[in-house]
Parts: sequence; structure tokens; C-alpha cells
Amino acid sequence: MPPLLELRQITKQFPGVLANDHIDLTLNEGEILALLGENGAGKTTLMNILYGLYSPDEGEISLRGKRVIIQSPRDAIDQGIGMVHQHFMLIPVFTVTENVMLGVETTRAGVFLDRQLTSQRIKEISDQFNLQVDPEATVENLSVGAQQRVEIIKILYREADILILDEPTAVLTPQEVEEFFRIIRTLVEKGKSIIFITHKLNEVLAIADRIMVLRAGKVVGTTTPSESSKASLANMMVGREVFLTVDKPPAKPGQVVLDVNDLHVLDDRKLPAVNGVSFQVREGEVVGVAGVQGNGQTELVEALTGLRPVSDGMIKVMGKEFSNFPPRQMLEAGAAHVPEDRQLDGLILSMTVSENLVLNTYYKEPFARGITLQKTAIEQAAIERVEEFDIRTPSIYMPVSTLSGGNQQKVIVAREFSRPIKLLIASQPTRGLDVGSIEYIHNRIIQKRNEGCAILLVSSELDEIMSLSDRIAVMFKGKIMAILPAEEATREHLGLLMAGITDIETERVAT
Amino acid sequence: MASKQTNPPETDQKLEADTQTEVIRQMAIRRGVRALAVPALAVFTALIIGAVFITFSSQEVLAAWGAFLQNPIKALSLTWILIRDSYLALFVGAFGSPTQMIDAYHKWQISGDTRPLLEAFRPFSESLVISTPYIFAGLAVALGFQGGLFNIGAEGQLFVGGLASAYVGYAIKDLPFFVHMPLALLAGILAGVVWGAIPGFLKARTGAHEVINTIMMNWIAFRLTDFLLTGPMARPDGLPITPEIRPTAYLPALFPRPMRVHVGFFIALGVAILVYWLLWKTTLGMEIRMVGANPHAARTAGVRTSWILVITMAMSGALAGLAGANQILGVDHRLARAFSTGYGFDSIALALLGNSHPLGVVLASLLFGFLRGGAARMQSVAGVPVEIIRIVQGIVIVFVAAPAIIRGIYRLKKPSEKEAILMGGWAK
Repeated sequence: MPPLLELRQITKQFPGVLANDHIDLTLNEGEILALLGENGAGKTTLMNILYGLYSPDEGEISLRGKRVIIQSPRDAIDQGIGMVHQHFMLIPVFTVTENVMLGVETTRAGVFLDRQLTSQRIKEISDQFNLQVDPEATVENLSVGAQQRVEIIKILYREADILILDEPTAVLTPQEVEEFFRIIRTLVEKGKSIIFITHKLNEVLAIADRIMVLRAGKVVGTTTPSESSKASLANMMVGREVFLTVDKPPAKPGQVVLDVNDLHVLDDRKLPAVNGVSFQVREGEVVGVAGVQGNGQTELVEALTGLRPVSDGMIKVMGKEFSNFPPRQMLEAGAAHVPEDRQLDGLILSMTVSENLVLNTYYKEPFARGITLQKTAIEQAAIERVEEFDIRTPSIYMPVSTLSGGNQQKVIVAREFSRPIKLLIASQPTRGLDVGSIEYIHNRIIQKRNEGCAILLVSSELDEIMSLSDRIAVMFKGKIMAILPAEEATREHLGLLMAGITDIETERVAT
Repeated sequence: MASKQTNPPETDQKLEADTQTEVIRQMAIRRGVRALAVPALAVFTALIIGAVFITFSSQEVLAAWGAFLQNPIKALSLTWILIRDSYLALFVGAFGSPTQMIDAYHKWQISGDTRPLLEAFRPFSESLVISTPYIFAGLAVALGFQGGLFNIGAEGQLFVGGLASAYVGYAIKDLPFFVHMPLALLAGILAGVVWGAIPGFLKARTGAHEVINTIMMNWIAFRLTDFLLTGPMARPDGLPITPEIRPTAYLPALFPRPMRVHVGFFIALGVAILVYWLLWKTTLGMEIRMVGANPHAARTAGVRTSWILVITMAMSGALAGLAGANQILGVDHRLARAFSTGYGFDSIALALLGNSHPLGVVLASLLFGFLRGGAARMQSVAGVPVEIIRIVQGIVIVFVAAPAIIRGIYRLKKPSEKEAILMGGWAK
């Protein structure tokens, strides 16, 4: 019996980049295939071809042995292929039902929207595949995990047999990831087949039936979880040995750079998000803030970078009070900020790579003399940074929107790390990045720390916190539950603190 | 390009500097051609559709089509003659008649008389005169768009600019030209600055949307003009027109009558270059574009977004004020209620047509100016109503706002995916 899906010799050339180089891919019925590769390896391009967003220069696609031509997502959907993108394509102000029916609206008498019918079908799909979601809920009020379920329901509603999931766990909390795995297994039990694109090596090993690794547009190899390990996969992805843990000399903390004292910050709904937080970060140390997203970390970082007002308490940088100061003053004082949402706060997508590399320094020498921008200086710096930070782009004049997520993050890191900085506040710095990029950024952070920079690292990736931090603070519901030296912290202990269970109770639980 | 495609397996996908420039050049050329293709085809198609409307506007031709079955030749030939005459008239009205120009040149060679030459080039000069306020106002709206702001108030800013420059033009006596004229222009600019800064300030402070506030400021400007023209600024004999401004405040004409083209046209071109320099070569321009493209990232990067909003609206108002001053000082030499034929509103379309880029705005303004210039002659010679040109202009705008229509008609290739992102600029 022919495999469910076969891609043969798929080739796609973009100006200056051979994104897919004669790729062969097979997907069997009821199989979970993981597509692994660094950013820029060509995984998303390949899936976009399968989904009809691009057309291949060479190669063909066959479903169940028969050749098919897919020229648009409509064609792909008709063939039973559905895709959930890394950045959800949902309309926040619409309900779940409206989002699901968008584009394939059911109507009464050809004119009136029949939401009832769709709502019904959504409930059926929900029950059949165990995807709990309220059809009447407004999407913007749903958690990220719920939004993802809506995206999956969208595809199932359109009767997809093959589901393509692009970086599905990038935005999920650890609990949501577990839930997601359960959903995937249910989908496969009910006869669906899944391709998912990811960089997360431990997840690939946990859930995939087969793993295909891409590098620089070519297939490097296909393997199974039983035949591989994190190290071997990372090796295939990057082409060399990858050190998954960071080499860290012991910290030599110096003066206090950041001093936060009883900080209170309100969120957008005027409710307390940061509820009396105090801590210090010294020169040459990394303080990691662990915690499930949504416990006040975002608001804390915004207050520290001047983007949100402080309602009570004090922030001091190098001994000087900096509460409620505008962002530019923080930057001038030697603070650097790698924001959580790179596309919203970190980059201007329509501007070029070189412009984004001077996004917060364009007004200073040598990038400007008085009011005039110094184009050659900006270009020169851009070329150097692209080289130094290994940013994959055909040119510094491409709009930064054409870069992959990982390379976009590298632009931000390149920008922040190329100034003399005393304090680095990094929020989810490796979200959505591949192994090679993560290794690189982690090394850079430790290097800065060794140079005497004070680093505040906020991340929901526990591995990252544990690997990079010298001291770890856990945030829960706007308060710091505890601050531990990294050597003493265990996953279990941190996990409990992240869930709000304090030390006293931990001891009771342990006995 | 082809030889650089095959990378050895271990090389990554970056390019060296020289192939970078090659890639850029190719993309820029492709992008330039594509950028012009849609507007050019839009104009062409709009003229064809305009021809249909022209046909419908003539009783004679319609009657001939009614009797089509009896005399098909007559219907077709009348139609063809009408369309040919109309567009010929349009062309001559816009540019002037080549035969007349050559004729006049010979006459000048023989007798030294410049009058025929001036007459022959008058249509061209008129078209430039009409284009000039479009350029200023188009730049005003385009600058607003670059900063993420919809300045619907260009018309009102234009009015107060005209009022202020008219006042300085007629009320101040005994100033030499090189003081009086710049002073009058400056008055127009400052009035525009104030009229633009107010909505800008309201937006920065309260978030009030500039579309609403600029429209309201328009109404205030119109009524203010009415008030001033029937009272403080009216002529002694009571006519709702300001006194004539003094010749020392004129924007000088470049040629003797009947050619009306004046220095304002070149000032407009200069201002276009200035706006280009501002937006792409200065720190302030970068901040304006940053706030226009992504105010969140701009704020995170340290830009004082509220301040930039005010500055952008103020500068946009200044440009629109210049449009008004240009009309008063260069063309009308006094202010009457009907001195603006909707330049401020048309300029919104022009800014969109020109993709909010100074060069595009200048080209679009020239297009509209020349179309307008030819329209009057089209009416007088071919009997075709002037409104047909408004229809043509409107259709051009529709096509440019929805390029998919043109692409569909002419089966133009859709820009490739990555290039589509590069070209993303028509919609904000």
C-alpha cells in the first residue's frame, strides 16, 4: 500500500537562498512525523509548499499514490491537509465558532450565517477528539492552550486527515504541553496523521514515531526515538557536536546593579500583577526568574524597563532611583532589554535588518551626527553584527519580516549585546529558537555575565533557568516564593514553588 | 546569479558582500518595474473606462447606437471620432499642441515676438500650476501616513494657511520682496502648524483619533474663513474677498502672462526633496517612521511616541498650510471663499497613489494636475463634461487601492511571496 503522503525531490529557490534542495519525505497513515532542523533549515518552507502557500520549483506531491497539484491552501484543504501555524491565525474579537467557520461559512437560505450548525459540529469534534473548548467564547479571552485547540478544531472541521503543526509547543506552559501530547495521541488513535515542526529535542523523543532532520535545505537523515538521543539529533541538526549544557565558571558577583524593593505594579485591568517583589542583581551574576507565564513576570519586566508605571515600591539602578523613568533613560543608563514578544516590541518588521540593528541607538554617534543619519556607519555596523552573530539573511536590506524567528531574535540580541551594558533584562530570550541558536545565545549570556554584566533572566523554560542562573527566584501570583542558589535547586522543588507550594509545605509533602 | 546558486553542503546560506549587492539590484529593479506597472496600467484602464463614459455623455452618439442595426458604421465612427477628439483635446489641454508650439517657435525666430510661444506653452504651464498645490497637500498627507496618522485635515490646514498668508500679503506695507514673500509663506506655514498640532496634541494626550479631530478642525477652518471674509478681512466695498495682496508678497511668475506658472512649483519640488531627506536621512524621520510602523517597538526602543505624534501632525499641517499659501501668493493673489477646489481631500488619494513616498506623490500630483488641466479643454472642444475626468481619477484610485483587479485583468504575475513582503506598502 502506498504511503499516505509522499513528497519527492521538492526544490524551492528564493533570491539568494536555496530553501529546499531536492527533499524527499514520506508520511504513513496514523504516524507522527517530527520535522527537526535549525532555523532557516527549510522546514517551514517545505510545509508551506505542502500547504499550498508556495509552489515548488521542482518536485511533486502524491497522496495515497496519486499525484496532486496544490496551488493554494484551498487546494490543500480539499486534499485533506490542514496546517496550524506557529503564530495563530485567529481573529481575537470573534468567537470560537466564528473563527472556525471563517471562509467556509454555513448559511441558512444562502444569506444568513448559521452559527448553530457550526457550533454543533464543534461540540461533536470536541467530544470526539477530546479538545475542550467553549464555542461561544471570544478568542481573545482564551488561554494560549485553548487557542491552540481552536486552531486544531479549525482543521478538523475542514475534514483534514493530515495535520501539519508548526512549533506547536513554543507558547505552551509545561502543563499545556502534556495536554497537547494527549491530544496528539487521541488524534492519531482516531486515524489522523501528523507532521510537526519543532526544535524541542525532548518532545521529539517523547512523542514522535519517526524523526526527519533537515539542515541547510537538505534532508540529513531519518531516524526514530529509539535509535537516537538529544545529542545525536542536535549533532544532525547543526552538523557538529553541540554542547547542550553551558560551561559556566563560578559566579563572582560584584556590586549591586539592580535593586528592586517592595515593587508593586498593576496590570492592564488595574489589578495587582506584581505584589511586593524585592530582589537584587549584582555584577557578574545571572538571576533567573522562573514561573509559569502569567504570574506577573511580564509586568515586572515592563516596570523595570520603563514601559509600565510603578504603583508602589522602588527600582534602583547603580544606586540611582529609576522608578517610572522613560525607557530611553533606562537604555542610556546601560540597561539592555530583550523583550518577550520580539515581533511586537523588539523589532519593526517592515524595516530592514540594518535599521532594526540600530533601533535604539540610531540617534547616537557614530550612527548619527546631529540630526543626520550616517548611512555608511549604520551599514558597516550591520554587516559586522550579521557576521558576528551569524544572522542568516541574504542581505542587510531585507525587511526583518523575511527572517525566520530565530534569526529575528538574533537581530535583537546582536543589537543589545553590541552596546556597553551593565544590566541585561532578557525575557524568554530563546523562545521559538532552534538548538544551534539557543546554544549560541546561552553562551553569549554567560560571556556577558563573565564580563561583569548583571543579568536578569525571565523564562518559562525551566531547563534554561537551571542551566544559566546563579540564583533562581520563583514567581507565583505576583510574589517571589523563594530565591535559591542554583546548585541547591532541583526541578521538583522549583516545580512545586512554581505551583505555589512553599517550602514549609514542601517539607510536609516530602515526609 | 545562476552561478552562485549551488552551495557546497557545508556552507550556510549567507551571501558575501558582492552577491548581496547583486541580489539587491535585481530585487530593486524588479520592485521598481512592478511598482510602476500597476499605476501605469491603472491609468490606461481608467482612460478606457472613461471612454465608455464619454460615449454615454453624448446625445448624438447614443442616438446613433440606438439606430445601430440600421447604420452600424455611423455608430462606430461617431463613437471613435468622439473618443478621439475628446482625448486629443485632453492632451492638448494638458500639454499644449505640438504643432502650435513649433509654429510659435518659428514666429519667434522670425519676428522675436514671444507672445505666440507663451500662448503655445500656456496649457503646459497651467497644468503645472494645478499640480503644485496637489504636491504640497499630497506630501502633507503622505508624511502623516508615514507616521501612522490619517491627516484628513489637509483642507482645513490649507485654508488657514491661505488666510494667514493673505493677511500678511495685504496688511503689511512697504516691505521689500525678499522679506515680504518669505514672511507671507512663513505665516501660511505657521498657521498650518497650529491647525495640525492641535489634533496631534489631542491624540498624544488623550488618544483621541485624529480622523475625527482633523475633520472637525476642517469645519472650524471653513467657518472661520466665512467669518473673516464677511468682516475683518473683507474688502472695503463689502465683497467677501480679501483685498489684493501686495506684489511684494507674490510668488513670482516665471514667465510673462499668459503663462501663470510660478516659483511655487519649484518650491514644491524642493519641499518634496526635503521631505524625502527628513524621512530617510534624519533621526527624526526614522522616529516618525518607527512610530508609524510599530508604536510598541518604537516605545520599547526609547522613542517618545507622544512627542513624535505631535511633531508629525504639526509638520503635516505645515505642508498643507503651504499648499494654501501657494495658491494665494502664487495664483489668486487674494483669498475668496472658493479658492480651494478640494485639494486637501484629493491629496489623500494622491498620497495613497504615491504610496506615501515623496517621489510617488510628485508623480501622482503631476498626473492629476495634467488630467485636470486637460479637462476644461475637453469640455469646450469636444463637449464632454469635466466630471468625466473626475471619474477617470476616481477609477485610477480604485485600481491602485485594489491592485488585484489590474493584476487579474492583465494577468500580471503575483509578486513572489518574499517579494510580496518586501512590497507590502500599499496598505498600512
